[in-house]
Order: sequence, then structure tokens, then C-alpha cells
Amino acid sequence: MKKRKSSLPFSGTPEQERELAAVIQQHKGEKGALMPVMQQAQEIYGYLPIEVQQMIARGLDIPVEEVYGVSTFYSQFALTPKGEYKISVCLGTACYVKGAQAVLDKISEKLGIGPDECTPDGRFSLEACRCIGACGLAPVMTINDEVYGRLVADDVEDILQKYI
Amino acid sequence: MYRSQVLICGGTGCTSSQSLKIIEAMEQEIKAVGLENDVNVVKTGCFGLCALGPIMIVYPEGCFYSRVTVDDVKEIVDEHLLKGRIVKRLLYDETVTDTNDVKSLNETAFYRKQKRVALRNCGVINPEIIDEYIAMDGYQALGKVLTEMQPADVIQIIKDSGLRGRGGGGFPTGVKWMLAAGNQADQKYVCCNADEGDPGAFMDRSILEGDPHVVLEAMAIAGYAIGASQGYIYVRAEYPIAVQRLKIAIDQAHEYGLLGNDIFGTGFHFDIELRLGAGAFVCGEETALMTSIEGHRGEPRPRPPYPAVKGLFGKPTILNNVETYANIPQIILKGADWFASMGTEKSKGTKVFALGGKIKHTGLVEIPMGTTLREVIEEIGGGIPNGKKFKAAQTGGPSGGCIPAEHFDIPIDYDNLISIGSMMGSGGLIVMDEDTCMVDIAKFFLEFTVDESCGKCTPCRVGTKRLLEMLDKITQGKGTMADLDKMEQLCYYIKDNALCGLGQTAPNPVLSTLRYFRHEYEAHVKDKTCPAGVCKKLTKYFIDPDTCKGCTLCARQCPVGAIEGSVKQPHVINQDKCIKCGACATACKFQAISKR
Repeated sequence: MKKRKSSLPFSGTPEQERELAAVIQQHKGEKGALMPVMQQAQEIYGYLPIEVQQMIARGLDIPVEEVYGVSTFYSQFALTPKGEYKISVCLGTACYVKGAQAVLDKISEKLGIGPDECTPDGRFSLEACRCIGACGLAPVMTINDEVYGRLVADDVEDILQKYI
Repeated sequence: MYRSQVLICGGTGCTSSQSLKIIEAMEQEIKAVGLENDVNVVKTGCFGLCALGPIMIVYPEGCFYSRVTVDDVKEIVDEHLLKGRIVKRLLYDETVTDTNDVKSLNETAFYRKQKRVALRNCGVINPEIIDEYIAMDGYQALGKVLTEMQPADVIQIIKDSGLRGRGGGGFPTGVKWMLAAGNQADQKYVCCNADEGDPGAFMDRSILEGDPHVVLEAMAIAGYAIGASQGYIYVRAEYPIAVQRLKIAIDQAHEYGLLGNDIFGTGFHFDIELRLGAGAFVCGEETALMTSIEGHRGEPRPRPPYPAVKGLFGKPTILNNVETYANIPQIILKGADWFASMGTEKSKGTKVFALGGKIKHTGLVEIPMGTTLREVIEEIGGGIPNGKKFKAAQTGGPSGGCIPAEHFDIPIDYDNLISIGSMMGSGGLIVMDEDTCMVDIAKFFLEFTVDESCGKCTPCRVGTKRLLEMLDKITQGKGTMADLDKMEQLCYYIKDNALCGLGQTAPNPVLSTLRYFRHEYEAHVKDKTCPAGVCKKLTKYFIDPDTCKGCTLCARQCPVGAIEGSVKQPHVINQDKCIKCGACATACKFQAISKR
């Protein structure tokens, strides 16, 4: 899986660092602690820039390349920051056969970004996800925690309008 | 005692269409009219008929209200709960008889042929309250096992029942347990595979959301049977509701002494930890899942040694899927013969399927093994909407294949599905109609596997990529007949040589579509057309001169100026300029533009 590295400078705060240190402390010595720590680190920072991965590596006494290896392996670990509004279009099979690709294409066209990209103003990020399980509403997309179902490409403009 | 129970689905499907807000509104409204001591609102798991969500069922009448909105709540309270008058306009039409009476849900086409074993508590109890599970005989099987049975007896019952793994492979569960029980070690592990990555499948999620305790109870039983004291549930992080309910369930089980030290005062100790996946399909493979729990890249490793010998953290381990576990407590309580009385000769019991795609009743169904595909699609599923023709049913996700109409009457079980080039898989069943291009579908699944291949072994990493390139070539109209043969050879090569289940089954979507829909591939290669009109490069738009009124709207919409014609004269599309964006067809008010 291809992963993009962030070109934005890292801007973590001391509070975030303290929070992360506490998480590391809590899991240290546990079997298989790396992934739970990375998941919580992503909750704290919103993504996992290399600086955060280095902190985790130091804290858990694991080589940083191993942390990096794990972060690039799993699609949920983000190396780039997400937008204020995170748009996920489901490309699971049920949604795909009901026209999800056209919905994704339309959003791409409207926002001028492809999947796994963020608009330059940091407002929207777009991703194609695998089955969120709301197959009864196919095709489906989510914007942050809001779910939009039974979509057609023409709905896209009105929905995006709410967030602009 | 409450005089009425209002059950509202709190599964992912219905909460995605705001069922939680409906529950909130319902509780407020009931309080406002002073019925809070008479009417009980229950947030349940999935009822199964997701297509009609959000769903609300009101007992004792058993009224099945479908596609309820927040605005309907007041009417339901005022009319139904206060005055006893059923709100007919919201009733699911199949639950209304000719004489305008309400009939039981179990008599409708969707539910009639179903048999709920793994799903028996889904949509019945509140999954966040352990007492409701206990009231449905919950934890009785664990009690029976710990106080009356030896570990070997437990394994014997599971073996006798004929239960096979519901995650895809279909390995006999009892044998798996026996192997792990036979290995001596200072520590053993019981794992639950809840990493349901197959797109379009949501059986396991629904069980975790609707009946999380059944999984905990079954894991504890497995722990007793093989001599393990620690369990891990590896669940997809994409399932926040399931994760939340599992956490609640584990806490409550601890509080009741049903997990932890000295369970039922027998000295048996068992604990369960949750581990969240992070979006890697390959982690559904057993060795990859264990590597992931250990905190590494989720890459599979060669077998043997099998997990029963050397699994998680190098210790003997069993791994079963959620649905497999959901059957265990009832097998213990009702006996192996009861379970073995359902199903076919080699596939016992029931199977849950997630019906999706081009079908009327999208949702979750549980059928006895041996039910035919026709019964599932036409009767339970309600057939194909919009008068379209059935083309294929896809089972097994990216590892499975497409079943054509000619096999409509085949009884569904593990061995039959494999014999026709598909597989049971975890239970996704996606229906496709004439508008689906089979080459495009094969390409869709290959894109998935290329994306999800972990890269460890070459046949999968490079082989699937080459397959995808060939499929891409074909959908662009650049394929040759030699490509089809080459593709088939490569498929068998990958199947024979890939390291794990993901790679070994990745070619199935290509092989099964080549087997049953070779004519579609040939149409792409020889005639350079896509019969379903999906592959953009091969689709051509035409204006029907008889229907065209010459309104010029399409010509004005065309972004590349490919449409020519004068006012009030039929227009023509210049195929050399056309980029096939479809803007003209969308714009045309007379449906004069079609694609072929």
C-alpha cells in the first residue's frame, strides 16, 4: 500500500507529548503493546508524523524502523494530517455495484483532490474506505461521524455545500 | 411490568440512518405523555432487514414499523401507545394481511425460511445489559461445562455436532480444539477473529453488536476445553459500536464473576482482552492475525507449525470466527444431535449471510445449510429490484467467485460452493444484475487484493499486480485472446504458490468469471464492447434520431464539443471527440441518448 509522507512541519504541543508519555507508561512491558499505543497516539495527534513515531520507539524501546514498518503496513495509520472534515466514501462490494465510484469521482472533481489527499486549506480530506457495514443504505459515505446513504452523484454538491 | 415494549434497532445499519435520535425522541415523548412506567424502550441489535431501516417493533402487537423518522415518533406515541391505534402507514407492507390485520414478522417471506441460531438474540435483547442475555439462558452453557463436564466431553460434543469454521475455510471446529488440547504448554490462548474484512459482509459485526456476551461465553468454554486462561478478540477498528459493546460486555461479565478468577467457584480462570485491527485485510488470515496481536506488521507465516502447536506468542492457540463461537453455547445446551439435525450431510447447522447489492431486501439472513440460492435470492431476498434480470451472485468476497443463474438451484453448503468455483467465505452474498460488468467486477476484486497483499511472497505481490494489469488492458479494449489464456495460467500459478489464504484465493474472482462469463471477456476483446455498458473506454453514446428533438441542450452540456447538429434537427455525437463523460445523457430531457 502506498503511503504519502507529510510535508507539513510537525506542530505537537507539550500537553500532547505528556498525554502520549502517559499512554506509553501505561502499556510499557505489555505483550504486543505497540499497536494499542500507536492507535492512542493517533487519537492524540490526529496522525502519526515521524516525530511521534520516534517518541513511541524511544518510549517502548523498539527500533524506530519497526514502528515505521507497522505504521506503513496498516491503512488506518495516517502519516499525513486529515482535514477538518474527513470524507470517506465506501467502496465495499455492495456500494460499488450500486455506483459508489461515481460518487467518489464527483467528490474528487468538486474538491479537486484525489483519495488520500487533503485540500490545501485543510478543510476536507478524502478517502475511499472498505465496507462500513451499512450495506442497506448503499452507496454510503461518511463525513466525520455523519452518515449519508442511498447516494447518487448528483447529491454530492448539496451535501458538500453544508460544510463549505 | 411494562404493558408495551418498543424495540428499536441500534445496529450500524439503522444508526447510520439516525435510529439513536429516534430512541432519544421516543424516550422523551413517552415521558412527556407520562407513559414511562408503562412502556419500555429497548435498544437492540440488528433485526436483519436493513433495507427497511430504521426499524421499530412494538410489542405485544408485534407491529413492524419501517423507515421510521424522528418526525414519526410523536404520531406513534400519540396514536399507538396512547390510543392503541396502529400507525398503518408506517407498517412494513408484507406484515399487513389482505384483511388489513397485522401478521407476525415470522410469517413474512423474509423471515419465514430463516432459522436463527447464531442470530437468535440479535434484535431481541438489549446487548448492553448482561441480565437480558442471562434471561435468554446466557452463561448457562458455561456453567454446565464447568460444573458437569470434563474438557474432553466438551470437545466431543463440538466434534459430534459437525460444526465447521464459519470464517471461510470450513475446518471442523471440534478437531481444531482437540489438536490444541493435546499440546502441553504453560500457557495457551483462545482467539476470536472479528476482523471481518470482506467488503459487503457484516454478519460478525451484527453478532458483536447484538449479542456480544455469546462470544465471551463461547470463548470461556473453549478456554476450559483446551486448557487456556487467556483470550484475545481481534476486532476491526472500523466497527466502533461493536468495540464499544464488547467493552461493556467484558466489564459486566467481570462484575458478575463470569470472567476472571474462580468462575462459578470452580477454580477456572479466564480473561479476555480486546485488540483493535488497523485496517489490513490480510489480518483475517490466522497467522497474520496472531502476528498483528503480537504488535508487528500483520504478515502471515508458513504453516506448519499450525497455531494449535505454535500460535500466538509461540504458544498453542485456537482461533475461531465470531459466528462459529455464536453457535457453541447452544450446542452445549441442546446437544450435538440437535445441531447436526440441521443442514446437509457434510455441512451442519445454519449459516448467516449478508445479502447486498441489487436485491430488494438488503440485510442479514440466517438459513439452514442446504437452502438453495434461489430461495435466498427470490424468496427471502425479495428478488431483483426495478425489473432487472439476475446475472450473478458473488459469495466469499475477494476470495470467492461469481455464481451464475444456471446454478440457482444448488443447495448452499461448503462443498457445493467450492465445486462450482466459489466458496462459502465469511458470508457476504452480493447480488448482481444485468447492469454489472463481470470483467469490471473481477477487476474490482483484484484492485482490492493488490491493495491488500502484504507483499511477503512474490506470487501474490507480483502475480496479482500482473493479473490486474491484464484485466485493465481488457477493460480498455486493448486485450487479446492470448491474454485470456495467459491470465488463466497465471491464476493457477498464484493459487498453487502463494503463501497464505489471501494469495491462494485471490485469483478466484477472475477464474470464476472466466468460467461462467467468458463471453463477456470475449466481447471486450473481440468486439471491443462492454455488454453491460460499464467499462468507460468501450462504451459509446448514441443519440436516437427519432427521439431527439434537436433542443441543443446536450451540445451545450458537452465539455469537449463533440455533439453536432442544428436546432430542431437530430444531433449526432462525434465518437472521435467524445470522452464518454455521460453529461449529455444526464442532460437529455427526452431520454434520446443511450450507451452501448
